[in-house]
Amino acid sequence: MAERSFVAEVEKLRLGAGQEFKGEGILAVTKALLQSGVSYVAGYQGAPISHLMDVLSDAQTVLGELGVHFEASASEATAAATLAASVNYPLRGAVTFKSTVGTNVASDALANLASGGVTGGALILVGEDYGEGSSILQERSHAFAMKSQMWLLDPRPNLPSIVAAVETGFALSEASSTPVMLELRIRACHLYGRFTCKDNRRSAFTLKDAMDHPVRDVARIALPPATFAHEREKVEQRWPAAVKFIEEHRLNEFFSTDDDALDVGIVLQGGMYNAVVRSLELLGLADAFGQTRVPLYVLNVTYPLVDAEFQRFVDGKRAILIVEEGQPEFIEQAVNTILRRADLQTRVHGKDVLPMAGEYTGAVIKEGVRRFLERYHPGLGQSQPAAPTAVSAAELAVKVHSRPPSFCTGCPERPIFAAMKLVERELGSHHVSCDIGCHLFSILPPFNIGATTMGYGLGAASAAAFQAPSAKRTISFMGDGGFWHNGLTSGIGNAVFNKSDNVVVIVDNGYAAATGGQDVLSSAAYNATRSTRNPIARAVKGVGVRWVRTVKRTYDIEAMRRVLTEALTTKAGGPKVVIAQSECMLNKQRRVRPLMARLAKAGKRVVRQRFGVDADICVGDHSCIRLSGCPSLSIAADSPGLRKDPVTQVLNSCVGCGLCGELAHAAALCPSFYRADVISNPGWLERRWEWFSGHVIARLQQRG
Amino acid sequence: MSNGQPQRVLSIAILAMGGEGGGVLADWIVDTAEHAGWLAQSTSAPGVAQRTGATLYYIELFPAAGLATGREPVFALMPVAGDVDVVIASELMEATRGVQRGLVTSDRTTLIASTNRVFSIFEKIALADGRVAASELLELCRKAAKTLVAADMAAMAERAGSVISASLLGAVAGSQALPFAAEAFRDAIRRGGIGVAPSLAAFELGLAAAVGSVTPPMADAASPAAFDPSLAAVVQRAEQEFPAAVHVVLGKALPLLADFQDLAHAEDYLARLAAIRDVDRTYGDGSWRLLTETARYLALDMAYEDVVRVAEQKLRSDRISRIRASLQPAPGDIVQVREYLRPRLQEVADLLPPALGRALLGSRWAALMGRLMTRSGKIVRTTSLLGFLTFYGMSRLRRFRRSSWRFAREQALWNEWLEAVEAIAPQDYDLACAFVECRNVVKGYGEIQELGRRNFDLIRQQAGALAGRPEAARRIDALRRAALDDDTGEAFNRLLAG
Repeated sequence: MAERSFVAEVEKLRLGAGQEFKGEGILAVTKALLQSGVSYVAGYQGAPISHLMDVLSDAQTVLGELGVHFEASASEATAAATLAASVNYPLRGAVTFKSTVGTNVASDALANLASGGVTGGALILVGEDYGEGSSILQERSHAFAMKSQMWLLDPRPNLPSIVAAVETGFALSEASSTPVMLELRIRACHLYGRFTCKDNRRSAFTLKDAMDHPVRDVARIALPPATFAHEREKVEQRWPAAVKFIEEHRLNEFFSTDDDALDVGIVLQGGMYNAVVRSLELLGLADAFGQTRVPLYVLNVTYPLVDAEFQRFVDGKRAILIVEEGQPEFIEQAVNTILRRADLQTRVHGKDVLPMAGEYTGAVIKEGVRRFLERYHPGLGQSQPAAPTAVSAAELAVKVHSRPPSFCTGCPERPIFAAMKLVERELGSHHVSCDIGCHLFSILPPFNIGATTMGYGLGAASAAAFQAPSAKRTISFMGDGGFWHNGLTSGIGNAVFNKSDNVVVIVDNGYAAATGGQDVLSSAAYNATRSTRNPIARAVKGVGVRWVRTVKRTYDIEAMRRVLTEALTTKAGGPKVVIAQSECMLNKQRRVRPLMARLAKAGKRVVRQRFGVDADICVGDHSCIRLSGCPSLSIAADSPGLRKDPVTQVLNSCVGCGLCGELAHAAALCPSFYRADVISNPGWLERRWEWFSGHVIARLQQRG
Repeated sequence: MSNGQPQRVLSIAILAMGGEGGGVLADWIVDTAEHAGWLAQSTSAPGVAQRTGATLYYIELFPAAGLATGREPVFALMPVAGDVDVVIASELMEATRGVQRGLVTSDRTTLIASTNRVFSIFEKIALADGRVAASELLELCRKAAKTLVAADMAAMAERAGSVISASLLGAVAGSQALPFAAEAFRDAIRRGGIGVAPSLAAFELGLAAAVGSVTPPMADAASPAAFDPSLAAVVQRAEQEFPAAVHVVLGKALPLLADFQDLAHAEDYLARLAAIRDVDRTYGDGSWRLLTETARYLALDMAYEDVVRVAEQKLRSDRISRIRASLQPAPGDIVQVREYLRPRLQEVADLLPPALGRALLGSRWAALMGRLMTRSGKIVRTTSLLGFLTFYGMSRLRRFRRSSWRFAREQALWNEWLEAVEAIAPQDYDLACAFVECRNVVKGYGEIQELGRRNFDLIRQQAGALAGRPEAARRIDALRRAALDDDTGEAFNRLLAG
């Protein structure tokens, strides 16, 4: 069960023709898939398309009614390979993942798919995780489209355009026998808006039809000599077919006022449209409805480009500006080639007035457009001067601290790294190789643990080189998500085969937690539509690891410390694997809280725990915070006593995970920590005994 | 363009931290607008920031009235710096982040800021005080915004048993920055259907605060303490004998010391302080800085933490009731309190007379016992009879404290640094003041405390050697800051060597 439930919202997927859909972009995309008569959907979660996977997971009843198979893939490579179903059969399929990291993983399958081409429409929905809010390296998906010759859609970011792009994407794929990528940026995925629905469509040809009547065509398989034919086919048949389809169906759009249009224009990725229009509005050249004096050529398809449309657009224009987010500037380079070949003299601007790298925010685009217009129409495009600011940037830089993400309150991964810090006090620092997942927050304060991260599931693999006689072993981290994604083979299997002597810690919190709490193979929860409860320890032993230790409760700092120390010092050969288990607290709270409330209401005995700090005893050196960093472990706003420094304080958000107490013991912290248990519906004997002790204690207190 | 007046969208940015429910607030505003006949779009970029990081929600609104069918404004997906009408921040530093991002401008932005602080990790991990002053953050907001509505919305939400989104929505309604009546916002909460009553209660508190505009953040000044009657004579004498500048500190110090040991202990304190008072009168600049800070740190030193002190504090009846109240138990609920202790053999030896204490630590048998005792931490349930009696027994040992080994050691330390102050002040008053502040580097327990003591000793030697030289006070200040920079002593060692 994922962190966010869409059970209520998925009812919107049943809306029929003419009805208005109101909701999030991700849900609209799902609806568009159903309207397109899709037969199967697969994917791997990760922001910004995690919610798409969660919607699909919660929508399985609706999908079932339409005969749509939904697969929560083991990895992006698995998802992409799933599209093979559309190679030989008229089946429409869609896969989704986070890009570019997911596309990197998928690219082997995507390249093979693109080589042979498809019969049924194949759509790859990539969540472009770029700019503010991104959690990954900054690259473009565009390069993947170009290298494998898949078409890339980048629709205007409003729900009707996005829905239309899904529908025409399938048609384009079929018309050109080519898989189509649809790029959705972070905010477009989380966009709340409206569109008018069509009826859902059930595919005439079904998965069962394909299985009952298998078809093969050796010309579609990526093996020489077919591969040489594929390459020619791509440029001689599929590409021209795509260009023809794009032109005929007017997938790209042109906007301009008729009467007072300027002799310069802007070419832009569809996803940039709203920001470009807003900057023109702020520069006084467009109104709130997108009526613009600067002609716009909106590329809802950013690959391939349509030469004829460009030639038409630049006709009579002195210059064009290309608004293309990310680098390298593939479109700008291509446009220069198009105009050069046609010997057209229109000047092309782009990355000369806009920055080469970084997100194109409203302010960035506005400044770029202003600089462009200044060249050709000085005096036009003046925005109102910015209000003079009384606040100095230097002062803000000092006072406004960054607020990086961190482990949640009560997170079971925090104690693993607190234990690591204690181990390092005794055994010195070690080379630590990190992985993708919540555990990567260890690299930030207060832990400052970890040297590299090479990709999902690759924590152990990225320590592979360190095989030298040394008194110190390396430590690699890997989450259960990354482990099942590929870490079992790339990391553990590899370490066994190459006789690694290093330590691997697998964080087993029962969910793919960083991506929103989806289930994985080893999840402890029962899942009606998936197979869970397959232990990591068994898999690890299965590939030949001899030294495996499981810590069943990560909050047990002493146990954690003991096992880590043993792993680092044991004489045993081969990789040392530590499996650190405790349920993701965010998901546990979601699960347990309503349950506790229900039990308490039903008169059952329920215990609620919380930690606290005695302000009178705390000396305010904040050692505990440096070992924990829990959001609920904070400092007091004011200091009523003699001390000038703030004392530590446990906020009401404390979930009583127990780490503070364990640390007070293990790290010999001050005696100011206490735990308070609130027992609802105590038993009769318990009540009597409490009453009796309370009385005796009160007497003694009176004596002073 | 209609009526010659260019129409434009209303833009609203919400700055929050992951998990705070900024999305709920955005949903309420969108729902309010749609029911009032406006077109609305909202977006967010949560991603990894959902894990407690800074995050932003963005809403744009446009009146649908008078629009031809199919004619719709182009809504942007992110705010443009300098073009935002309303900025809502769920925390004070997040509000200044809005200022930093250029979203809050003095020509148009209404800034609705909750003044509660969620301290950044950098503020929290400091060895001393790493806080950015709330008053300074508030001042930045005031300077940047056209209109500022600032109040502790988190406290309001807590009082109403609701979430901060609700009190913030109330403040939005009260600010009248959006063209919707308060009742329209209330209706949105009702339509949401979850936790309606507490949300509405929090909404009303936010609304009232916004109408009253700025409520200052938590008061920095402490309320004057009421003196215990048994202390009256000592306090009265102190007030006659000591200048007014130090009365506030004495008002806290004397009750603390009487509580720590007895009235004689408090009087002992005053006697030691009298020497510093005389030095300050002769060599000071009239600010009584040296006396005030000496009074502060000497009191903290003389009320050191030992087993007796901890036991007494854990036993206080008002403590248990305070904890009980903070948990809001239902009638009939039992509240149990457990303490996490890590006793050390040293702490037992500390309570014995010096010779006995040394003997205990020296014996092999005791070392073995010590290892057994301290192998694991102890959890003591204070609210149980056994636990209470354990602490009660320990607290009874107070009468032996004055003759204990620890007391002798502590006393020698007080004398040592007070003598240093007396020696330095006649030569360099500023240096003496800087030196006294350095008492703050001795804090914490175990290794941290040992490091602090070592650093303080080194500073004391430096201060003695530097007396009379130019820039001496500044050097000692720098050393103090370096000692508080990290808990490994790295920065301090570097500065000392360099």
